[in-house]
Amino acid sequence: MAKKQYIVGDYPGLKIWTWVFFIYLYAPMLVLVFYSFNVSRRAQIWRGFSLDWYVKAFTNDDIQSAAINSLIVAVIATVIATTIATLTALVLARGRNFRGSATALGIVSLPLVVPEIATAVATLSFFAVIGFELGLTSIIIAHTVFCIPFAFLPIRARLEGMDETLEQAAADLYANDWQTFRYVTLPLLMPGAIAGAMLSFIISIDDFIITLMVAGAGSTTLPLYIYGMIRQGITPEVNVISTVMLVISILFITAYWYATRGAEREAA
Amino acid sequence: MNKQLLSSIAGAALIFGVSTAQGAGDLYFYNWTDYTPENLLQKFEKDTGIKVTMDTYDSNETLLAKLKSGATGYDLAVPSSNFVNIMISEGLLQKVDVKSMPNYKNVDPAWQGPAWDPEQMYSSPYQFGTTSFAIRTDAADVSCDSLKTFFEPEGEACGNLSVFQTPEEVASMAALYLGQKYCDDSSESLKAMQKLLQKQNKCVKVYSSEGMIDRVATKTVTVTNAWNGDAMRARMEGTPIKYCYPKEGLVGWFDSLVIPKGAKNYENAKIFMNWLMDGENMALVSNFARYSNAIPSSSKYLDPELASAPEVNVPAGVEVRVSETCGPKFVKSIDKIWTKLRQ
Amino acid sequence: MELPRNPVTRRWLGLAPALITIGVFMILPMFILLVFSFMEADPYGGVDAGFTFEGYIQILYERDFDDLLQFDATYLNIIGRSVVLASLATLGCLVLGLPVAYFITRQNARTQSMLLFLITLPFWTNLLVRTYAWILILATDGVIEQPLKFLGVIDDSLDMMYTNGAVGIGLVYTYIPLMVLPIYASLEKLDFRLIEAAHDLYADRIMVARQVIIPLAAPGIIAGCILVFVPSLGAFVAPDLLGGGRKLMMGSLIQTQFASARNWPFGSALAICLLAIVMITLMYQARIAARRRAETGS
Repeated sequence: MAKKQYIVGDYPGLKIWTWVFFIYLYAPMLVLVFYSFNVSRRAQIWRGFSLDWYVKAFTNDDIQSAAINSLIVAVIATVIATTIATLTALVLARGRNFRGSATALGIVSLPLVVPEIATAVATLSFFAVIGFELGLTSIIIAHTVFCIPFAFLPIRARLEGMDETLEQAAADLYANDWQTFRYVTLPLLMPGAIAGAMLSFIISIDDFIITLMVAGAGSTTLPLYIYGMIRQGITPEVNVISTVMLVISILFITAYWYATRGAEREAA
Repeated sequence: MNKQLLSSIAGAALIFGVSTAQGAGDLYFYNWTDYTPENLLQKFEKDTGIKVTMDTYDSNETLLAKLKSGATGYDLAVPSSNFVNIMISEGLLQKVDVKSMPNYKNVDPAWQGPAWDPEQMYSSPYQFGTTSFAIRTDAADVSCDSLKTFFEPEGEACGNLSVFQTPEEVASMAALYLGQKYCDDSSESLKAMQKLLQKQNKCVKVYSSEGMIDRVATKTVTVTNAWNGDAMRARMEGTPIKYCYPKEGLVGWFDSLVIPKGAKNYENAKIFMNWLMDGENMALVSNFARYSNAIPSSSKYLDPELASAPEVNVPAGVEVRVSETCGPKFVKSIDKIWTKLRQ
Repeated sequence: MELPRNPVTRRWLGLAPALITIGVFMILPMFILLVFSFMEADPYGGVDAGFTFEGYIQILYERDFDDLLQFDATYLNIIGRSVVLASLATLGCLVLGLPVAYFITRQNARTQSMLLFLITLPFWTNLLVRTYAWILILATDGVIEQPLKFLGVIDDSLDMMYTNGAVGIGLVYTYIPLMVLPIYASLEKLDFRLIEAAHDLYADRIMVARQVIIPLAAPGIIAGCILVFVPSLGAFVAPDLLGGGRKLMMGSLIQTQFASARNWPFGSALAICLLAIVMITLMYQARIAARRRAETGS
């Protein structure tokens, strides 16, 4: 009974399906990059290759200040969020279930679960009630809040894999809590903290809807600027900025990927 | 990357942030999208050394909402005349003695001490123009004769219509079409307006107050809500577009510079207001946005096309009714009607 | 420096920064939102003092100009559209993503790693940018229409922009990595011998899929569906950019109320409703998960 050669568990067409899937996933971004080199002003009609728009974009004052704003917000929010997340992870990780730990975990994960628009309008209402002026600071506060869970997850993952006996050994050698933390725990969890910081940074740079609602005078960030431009129509400037943002994100995530893969190998 | 590096980046960013935020010569300008030419701000910076940072909005309603939600920190904003009253009564503006500014004498006497600011204590002129609709001349089933094309388009035009995102001017146009007074908040009038807007809604493709030029140029829509300056710019870019003067009339508007409460650079804002009331500088705006201005001495700096353009010259016999400030009842009712339409 | 001896104190000290930050800047604002939803709307923006149900009444009823209440389905339409589009997007992601997740598990470890990376990558890029790319593709004379027109396949515009379909495509594109990853995580733990055993018992491929693969992937499928459905409900960018201000979903409706429409109480009421729907969905998922644990003892 000769049957057609057939590998158990394989299904025909899966490979093609997956290829189609990846084309669907990446085609739009390729289109964007492609058009950013377009000479024509009417962005969709291809007229020729040009780097002109890149020059224009990089010398544009508004884009520069938007980029600077994005950076300031992301850096400050990341630093604060990662610090808070580290403290939180130190308490919640490593499987200790104490009374209230599930609730604490729930609260920390809250920003991940609540739809962004709800967080955005709630934060705006909060600032309105306490009469806080909208501006870069209000954005930083809002970003810090939702960056905490993103920083938390990699740090916790890192701690879960850590060996507790090292800290116990430090204590045996008469190190006090601070010394144990500084010389043993912190260096060991550093890769997790860096991973968390990178995630948090990307999330902050990309955030749009929350920033849209709590931004004030002169606090336009890159996504807000892009949004403003998209609403005016398709122009090459949007394509250029979009491509640049794509490249930055890709570089960051690739770096994150290699960093965490390296850390895994190291821990193994 | 270690902790020290991270903290020094943060420190540098903070210093950087502080220094850019508190520069000695700064101005935060909140204006409509596509309403401020780049060369204007560059010239201002060259003439005064003050650095201008721009944010934009797409409608008076958005401006009002943003200012009321606590976004203070803007030094200049550009509301239309009918919103200046509202902003004054809501305590959103600071007093500015425009009358005693050196360049005030350049303002056309016809526009000095206007109805919405008789003492000229709050606003200085920016641009004025009309609101109507524009059609693509190569499209089917469209005509400029009447607002009917805009509110009750037929045939191919239905489904290819673009209307402003916010109701204020659309309601004024509707009042012209229905033969009502502006801001008529009687039950029957509101009902009639609602019925008309609902009818129009069925033919609307996009509700947006930005990117009109782009949408007509790509023929995504064939009839669009438009301001006369936008239509002129589209025409001069080569799009086959015509700005319409329907028999029922057009809405007139006048935009002014104001200084919101909470402005951090009050003096710089005053400098800008005064600087703009100069013929050469105001001409920069009109040449870019293609609207009219209230500074007669600008005429020698204006592009020649502006003088003869159809978008700027209202044909005889067509009424241009300037927007009015409507009471809260009307505003609330229209907002409700409008929100429901956009589903 | 010595930390307090008591482990309980230490714990709560360590948790304090996170709990306080999220408590003050997220939980408290939610309560403020709740309060706002019961207040009067200021016609020029913000809220005025005064208790009223108007924010909620507006969702279902319209107070017409004679001040009479009439049932009005407009907003239910929008809520309905949000639920439908979110569900369709979830379904789309599932159909598209499940086979891909399975395919990935069949590769060797290195390829798996690379493929997973490639799937996650777009997700971390800017949402606006990704959605904008779809405008380029779907627009009149965009990437799809230009070659079709050139080849003479179509004469007039396909009018793909500003439709429900465009919004749906945008939603699927935004969230599909969130579907693939959890399913992959479930399938990865799949003991391949089960498939072999089924095969030995004369099951054909379809039966193997239905009886073995999909049930075992179920936790991942459910997780993926939740991860796509919940954010899709409150999505703002896709309906705003691709829907043209017409195909409103709850996210864009809420945003408008706090912007040009200036009706904070109504916007707050809608946001509270959105949160309620999300909570119900999550509780439902928790119950399913608990029941599975009870059934399978895993």
